[in-house]
Parts: sequence; structure tokens; C-alpha cells
Amino acid sequence: MAVDKKTLKELFTRTLKTRLFEEKVWDLFGENVVPGTLHLCLGQEAVAAGVATALKDSDWIQSSHRGHGHVVAKGADMSAALAELLGKKTGSCKGKGGSMHITQFDVGVLGATGVVGSGLPIAVGAALSCQMRKTDDVVVCFFGDGASNNGTFGESLNMSAIWKLPLVWIVENNFYAMGTPITLTCPSSTVAQRAEAYCIPSKVIDGNNTLEVYEATVEAVKRAREGSGPTLIECQTYRMKGHSRFDPAKYRPQEEADYWLSPEKDAVNVIQKIALEQGAITEKDAEKIRVKLQKEVDKAGEFAMKSDFPEPEEALDDVYAEAI
Amino acid sequence: MTEMVYREALKAGLREEMLRDERVFLLGEDIGLNWGGAFKVTKDLAEEFGVERVRDTPISENTIAGAAVGAAITGMVPIAEIMFGDLITLAMDQVCNQAAKMRYMFGGQTSVPLVIRTVFGGGKNLASHHSQSLEAWFMHTPGLKVAVPAFASDVKGLIKTAIRDPDPVLFAEHKLVYDKKEEVPDDEYLIPFGEAKVRREGADVTIWGTFIMLHKALEVAEELQKEGISVEVIDPRTLVPLDKKTLIESVKKTGRLVLVTEETKTGATTAEIAAIVQEEAFDWLDAPIKRVNAPDTPVPFSPPLENYFIPDNKRIAQAVRDIV
Repeated sequence: MAVDKKTLKELFTRTLKTRLFEEKVWDLFGENVVPGTLHLCLGQEAVAAGVATALKDSDWIQSSHRGHGHVVAKGADMSAALAELLGKKTGSCKGKGGSMHITQFDVGVLGATGVVGSGLPIAVGAALSCQMRKTDDVVVCFFGDGASNNGTFGESLNMSAIWKLPLVWIVENNFYAMGTPITLTCPSSTVAQRAEAYCIPSKVIDGNNTLEVYEATVEAVKRAREGSGPTLIECQTYRMKGHSRFDPAKYRPQEEADYWLSPEKDAVNVIQKIALEQGAITEKDAEKIRVKLQKEVDKAGEFAMKSDFPEPEEALDDVYAEAI
Repeated sequence: MTEMVYREALKAGLREEMLRDERVFLLGEDIGLNWGGAFKVTKDLAEEFGVERVRDTPISENTIAGAAVGAAITGMVPIAEIMFGDLITLAMDQVCNQAAKMRYMFGGQTSVPLVIRTVFGGGKNLASHHSQSLEAWFMHTPGLKVAVPAFASDVKGLIKTAIRDPDPVLFAEHKLVYDKKEEVPDDEYLIPFGEAKVRREGADVTIWGTFIMLHKALEVAEELQKEGISVEVIDPRTLVPLDKKTLIESVKKTGRLVLVTEETKTGATTAEIAAIVQEEAFDWLDAPIKRVNAPDTPVPFSPPLENYFIPDNKRIAQAVRDIV
């Protein structure tokens, strides 16, 4: 697939933006201003950025518990996203959701969820809705290798296949469900093999390469829009940090970690190198983009820090459309 | 007015709403062409509206409920049928963690206008996995509304209200009321949620109950009238929102309360009602509140065992006599 320079630049920009956002979250966490826990997507930015760039604004994404990158890559307001992580009133969920429920519905995010595997059925319903309303919108569902062991995986892949839904299943295989390696939980060497049982075409790709993710998603989205049904893409990737805020991830073999966390495998470096080689950007452009994005992220961080917490009694709002 | 059974009145309500609003659709196991629903509520609807809108699904309760959630948040109005209330255990994540909480945890960004229809209750020798009364679980889940229609004239107006409600509604039915006949208005009518109905006026004792127990309570009231005991019978019609006012006013009038449901006793809806009444009408009570429930066991199979398990007219009458 020939990818034009403008798109390459966009892929680089979104990957970097996602990285800088997560680094900001990590910094704020270091300042001890992020309540609760965090599931960072540092290291996995290429998946979010590559997928989101292949979608149009009205397409939907269903996120997982590791959702910051999905939301940012789909075009969320970073100020509202960071404010949410800090539990502020100005957060996109008014401080009711936090990291695990980070969502901006108006840019097409159906929601992030704290229950592993629970997003798949919701994606089925959203795709069914797109089909029944006769739109040409598609739904992309992000989930991890861990979720593929949940019953919803089988139920939802099956339903998406029998109804030929406009749906793309994105497995972010980072090889660990919390601390449990996939070798202990999955008998096949890839998650993608499981799709065959549901007659769903699948592909295993380098999830640290934004361009590869983009190309595979474009193809899958095309199938979905044409009414040919779902595709599963297994993006093999790796967490730069542990599962959650206090996990140093010491259970990962050094050799494995060294490979995945090397500069050559780094998602931002990979797409930057491609964009440079193909003449989509110059070194100077890359620096300019970085400075601009860093400013945006810093500004969002300041907004979040300066924002007020909700009033305590706001805990009672938004249970129902009208209070009962 | 036309005399019809509960099942027909419910179907008429579904049909009217499907004619009124093309976003309304049904999904569930065996609800379509070949079966028309395990209790025949949706019989002939697939022929009339097509298999897209009366959609048979695989046996995948969690994804049936989740698909309803996904469709609801993207512009459809789904009505998911879970064939037996016992099987909703397989869909609890989607019903209680997703549908019920989305509006709240996403800070009001999302409405979840769906209906989950299911059926509770014993009396048909279907044993422990097809007979339970689990409505209290859903009353205990903020974000859900819970309808408990017990009469044909109510079920049509309540299902129409449920379908038009912007929040998720657990619409509970009961196996033994499907064949109960009543005069049902021919013209369109909606019954607001949170309005109980005094099914029989009386002066000495108030009976509050649900489903088939209300039918039994009315028989008991008739019988006790001959003994000079005047019984008032209240049908809450919805548990969430709950009409406390009608109940409290009745208790203030009669000074005595008997609570009757088919649920196992501990943690049942009746426990909550008793707590509310002692908080809000303690000074008006002339006797302890009596609870008539099933014992704290699974639902047994054999007829003499099940007959012992389910409260009968005799037990209800005795509870009334105990406090008069």
C-alpha cells in the first residue's frame, strides 16, 4: 500500500502526541496528584495512533482499561482528559470515571472499561447499530491478550461474524495479563489463530510500527465498510512500564525486555525513521512537531492542575437522566 | 377496553412501540420465527417486523446484554430478552457494571436507553436454574430502573414507558402471570414509573407485594373480608423508582403491614420496604411488620417441595391474622 507523505506525517504526529501525553501522566503521577491507579500505554502508542489515523471522525472506538492512548489518538481534548485523570470537575467525565473510564463520546469513544473483556459485547452492539441505521460507520474494539481468554471474546467474535458486522477487532498483545505471561494462558502461539474458528480473517503485525498498524487497519476498515464483516488484527507490542502504577514488571525476562525496549523497537523512533526516510518530514520538522505538541500537552497539564475538584455532593448527579 | 391475557398485552405494547419508532428492536434467544420466545411473548413479531428487528441470537447472554448496551449508546433502542431470570447471572457485568453505570462514570456523556426483559418466579417445577426471583439484586444497583408488572392492564403501559425511558430498565415478568386476564385499554396509554396502584382498598391491614403474590393477596383479601378484616393491597409496579408515598399513606391509614414476595427472605425487596416504613412511618405502626417470603434455600423441583417453598394463600392469610 502506498501511503502518502501527509499521512506519514500524521502517523508520526499522533504517535508522538500519544507518547507525550502519557509521559505527562507519568510526571503528574510522580508529583502524586493522580488519585487511584493508572494503566499507561507507554510503549503501545503505535497501536492507538495507527488505528485512529485509519478512521473517520464518525467511526467509533471501544477502549479497554488501558485507554488513554486510544482517546488521545482519536482526537480527544487533552485538557479534559488530563483533568479527568486528576479527578477534576473539568474532566471529560466530571471526575466520575478517572483512568479506567476515560472517555470522550463526542470524538467517537464509546468508553473505557475497568472490566477486562467487557468492551467486546458493547462493540458488537455499536457495530450492529451502525449496520441497522445504514450508516457507513465502523467500530474498532481494542482489547488485550488477557481479554481474549474471557468468554466475551468467543461470544462477541461469533456474533460479529454471523451478522457480518462493520467491526475491527484490535488485539493489543503485550504478552502479559497483569503479570501472567501469555504462554501460561493461551495454547496457541498467537491470539489471531483463535479468529479462524469464527471464520474471521486475521493478521499478526508489529504493533510498535504505526505504519503497519495503519495499513492493516485501512484494509480491515475497508472490508467492514463494504459489508464484508469483521477482521481481527493482532498487534504485538510491549509495555514500557508495568501493568499499573506500582508494578516494576520485574517478572519479565531481561533479554525479552531489552529487545522490546530498545531504541530500534521504540514506537516513536520507528515511525519517525520511516517518515524521515520517505521524505514525509525532515529532522527539523520532527523537532518542530515535538515542541508544538509538548506545548499543547503542558498547557493541558496546567489546565488540569489549576482546575477545581468537584463539590462533594456532585457525587449524587448523573445516576439517571432525571433524579428519581 | 379488550379483555386479554398479560402475554398479549405485553406483546401489544412492544408492537405499538416498534410501529412508532423504527429504532426499537428486539434481540434474544429464540424470540424470532421458529419459536416466538420461550413464553411466546414475541410470537408473530418476526413475521411482522422482519428478522433484523426481531433478532434471534446465539446463546450468549453477556453479549446479548452488551450488544444492547452498545446499540443503545449509538442511537438504537434495543429490547434484549434474557429467556429466564436465572440466566441473567451470565449477563450481570453488562447489566450492572456497564448499562447501569455508564451515564454516571462517563459524567453524563452517555444515555443508555435499553430494556432488558426477563422472567422470574417458580410454580412450574423448573427447579433451581429456571425459577428464582432475583429482582432485589437489580433494586440494589443504582443506575437501573426496575419494573415489576403483575397485571395485564399495567404491563402494556409499563413496557411502553420502559422503552421510552432514557435509562436502562430491567423489566421483570413472572411466569405465572402471563395467562392472567384483564380488561386492557384499546387506546395508547403510558403508565409513569414510580406510581404504585392500590389494587384493593381496605382499612385494617396493608399488603404490599409483587407478581403472583399480588394475585394471591387479592384472593386472601376477599376471603378475610368475610371474617371482617379489611385488607388494602398495593402493587408498586416499579421497584426503582419506588412509590414510597402511596405505601406510607396506606400504612398511616391501616397501621399494619404485611410484605409478600416470592423471593427468598434474606435481603429481599421486602427487607428494604420494611426498613423504609420503619424509618418513615414508625409512629403509625400498631404491630410489627410481617414478611412472607420463600425460605432461604434454592428453588426445589418436586411439586410438594416447591409448593412448600412458594408462599401460598394460607401463609399470607395467617400473617395478616397474626397482626390484626
